[in-house]
Amino acid sequence: MDQKTKINALEGKQELTITREFDLPVELVYKAYTEAEFVAQWMGTKVIKLENRDHGSYAFETSHEGNVIFKANGTIHKVVPNQEIVRTFEMENMPIGIQLEFLNFEKVTANKSKLTIQIIYKSEKHRAKQLKLPFAYGLNMAHNRLEEILKNLM
Amino acid sequence: MKLRRDVFQAIADPTRRTIITLVATSAMTPSAIAENFDYSRQTISKHIQILTECEILEQEQKGREIYYHLNPNGMKQIADFIEPFRKLWDNRFNNLEAVMKNYQSNKK
Repeated sequence: MDQKTKINALEGKQELTITREFDLPVELVYKAYTEAEFVAQWMGTKVIKLENRDHGSYAFETSHEGNVIFKANGTIHKVVPNQEIVRTFEMENMPIGIQLEFLNFEKVTANKSKLTIQIIYKSEKHRAKQLKLPFAYGLNMAHNRLEEILKNLM
Repeated sequence: MKLRRDVFQAIADPTRRTIITLVATSAMTPSAIAENFDYSRQTISKHIQILTECEILEQEQKGREIYYHLNPNGMKQIADFIEPFRKLWDNRFNNLEAVMKNYQSNKK
């Protein structure tokens, strides 16, 4: 089966590309990225700031049970409505560093569109840390789950 | 017991990546591997040891010689490690699609 979301991370490079096809008009995918109300909904985060213009900036904050567990921010370098966003992205308190993102919005048909995100990291090592993050998280989840099961048995 | 090494740490090093590429075509003895580098035999032995501990390389005794070849399972682990990252994005984008479809139908 053809996957809707694809990741291309060539070995030895400090960048990766994420592509996704949406059953949505390109305008709506762009809207999902540029209007705080929608960003908050699909990212599951609080949008502190989102200045959707050249040389603007943005900040997100996610809380769980009253504690802030995730903070991210960046500078929006360039915005071309329904076509392109160039911005930086930084997860605070993470060893991944600041990354540069090129988002390209493409119309496929009236109701289909394609998003291509090219992400450039400071180094290949920084990219590896990013890629490993959900991997490590997945392992931790499995581990915690195992602990839970063991606890219930005792 | 020795702590099992991190498979990603293993492939982060360029020398170790070259060793993987060399051994990918045919099984090789440690000295045949070392001939491809300007480093000392000990340095290369250390790299081979790390790759073996990560289960990327496997040893095979042929007569008096030890040969190293790739362990397909170890390599599969490397190919699979990108999958959780992809799933994360796939879920995020599925959310986006659902949120915007909902908005689209409410607008009509």
